[in-house]
Amino acid sequence: MKLFQYHRPTDTQSALDLFQKNEGAQYIAGATNLLDLMKKDIVAPDHLIDISRLPLNSIQNGPLGVTIGALALNSDVAMHQIITQQYPLVAQALLAGASPQLRNMATVGGNILQRTRCPYFYDIAMPCNKRQPGSGCGAKEGFNRMSAIFGASDSCVAVHPSDLCVALAALDATITVKSAKQERIIDFKDFHRLPGNTPEKDNILEKGELITSITIPKNNFTKFHNYMKVRDRASYAFALVSVAVAFEIKDSVILDARIALGGVAHKPWRAYEAEAYLKGKSDSENSFKAAAALVVKEAKPLTHNAFKVKMAEQTVLAAMLAIFN
Amino acid sequence: MAKKNKNPLHTSRRTFFKQSAVLAAVAVTPSTVLEAAENRTFDKAAYALEQVPITLSINGKVQKVMVEPRVTLLDLLREQLGLTGTKKGCDHGQCGACTIHIDGRRVNSCLTLAIMQEGREITTIEGLANGEELHPMQAAFIKHDGLQCGYCTPGQIMSAVACVNEGHTNNDFEIREFMSGNLCRCGAYPNIVNAIKEVAQ
Repeated sequence: MKLFQYHRPTDTQSALDLFQKNEGAQYIAGATNLLDLMKKDIVAPDHLIDISRLPLNSIQNGPLGVTIGALALNSDVAMHQIITQQYPLVAQALLAGASPQLRNMATVGGNILQRTRCPYFYDIAMPCNKRQPGSGCGAKEGFNRMSAIFGASDSCVAVHPSDLCVALAALDATITVKSAKQERIIDFKDFHRLPGNTPEKDNILEKGELITSITIPKNNFTKFHNYMKVRDRASYAFALVSVAVAFEIKDSVILDARIALGGVAHKPWRAYEAEAYLKGKSDSENSFKAAAALVVKEAKPLTHNAFKVKMAEQTVLAAMLAIFN
Repeated sequence: MAKKNKNPLHTSRRTFFKQSAVLAAVAVTPSTVLEAAENRTFDKAAYALEQVPITLSINGKVQKVMVEPRVTLLDLLREQLGLTGTKKGCDHGQCGACTIHIDGRRVNSCLTLAIMQEGREITTIEGLANGEELHPMQAAFIKHDGLQCGYCTPGQIMSAVACVNEGHTNNDFEIREFMSGNLCRCGAYPNIVNAIKEVAQ
């Protein structure tokens, strides 16, 4: 690990200022992904700004919905009454991720910013355009069983690993970010990027910007929702495919539908076409089957991950049917 | 008689840093920085970075320790404080062998820097027993044979104590789910679940 200067500011403005003042600065909070990357010299900051003690961990209901501080711990969010009662999809997704120990350390902001778990990104002997732009993509022609089936490019086939983000994408959350100069609010769907020719950029966050909170708008999905995750073992593994579904239903007619997938793309993947199809349809198995088929219509599998296409379709269907059984 | 020697390892590391800094400076930086290196300011900076005093409560005892910012809490416990009960398995947060409690909550000590935990209350497996009297979870692991080789056991027990405190012990499925962050290559899982069930009752 490269030598760094450690800073621990106690207010947000100081953290932003420290970042601006010091070349090669990096924020650290829960550390569960970043410290791993630092041990492997994949990330090597000169200045480490420990933001874990900034007062950014409250969970509060407001007129627009619930606002969760960026430093709220995953376990605290998953167990918070507002979340379990009004946004249970979020709690479900959080508890499907990582382990209790990691959820006690990992923050909401860090979860959103975590890097891919593509093995070629972590193996510094291998080419990876995300880690080292221009070096090539080892996964594209290599071992790509875990890689993307949607939205990949010649440069990168990595997937975003978060479970929480799949639920946040489905629920149209917004992300509030601050820099030394300004504050801005970003729609969740616009925050993460597809790889294109610049896979080194996971998201649209600019240098020095800090996520301060997320807001999840009020919704009518508390009754009909589900998060289903398929992985290589029963628990504590990254998703092969995960699905967040949420419905608003009145008299067996679907008024609103949300479908998002994890483990299939460089960003949490919303299935807008399938959502649109379901609006106005009856909540029948046939509607769900047709929607599930639409979800994977544009899938483009690689050498080793064609199974994910069928798996995504089946998981969408199973996640929907499980709500009613 | 030999002269009392300073820590040779430490000396050579510092010399190395000093030399690397000068070499790097020669390669990429303007003459002002080079001057700074010659005036030993790099050396001084390196020293400031290397050892920072922090205070931690470890198993109920407040301790002042010097840490290099890069040292993980796990390495501080094992290498500097001799608390080798906490195990290093994967060192990447994937196995749970390094599980300890910080302010009463279970975490992976390999994935946090010691310096980040300044002022916190740390509990390790060594802090669980009350004198000669084992913690009920330790006793239950023995009674139910919840181990084979024993390497994962301190982490399993620290995690199990937290699992009971959190109330995630309503059935076997819930216990298994909330103990999933602790791997056991010997496969002692059924007996670990039994030990936890007994303590939870």
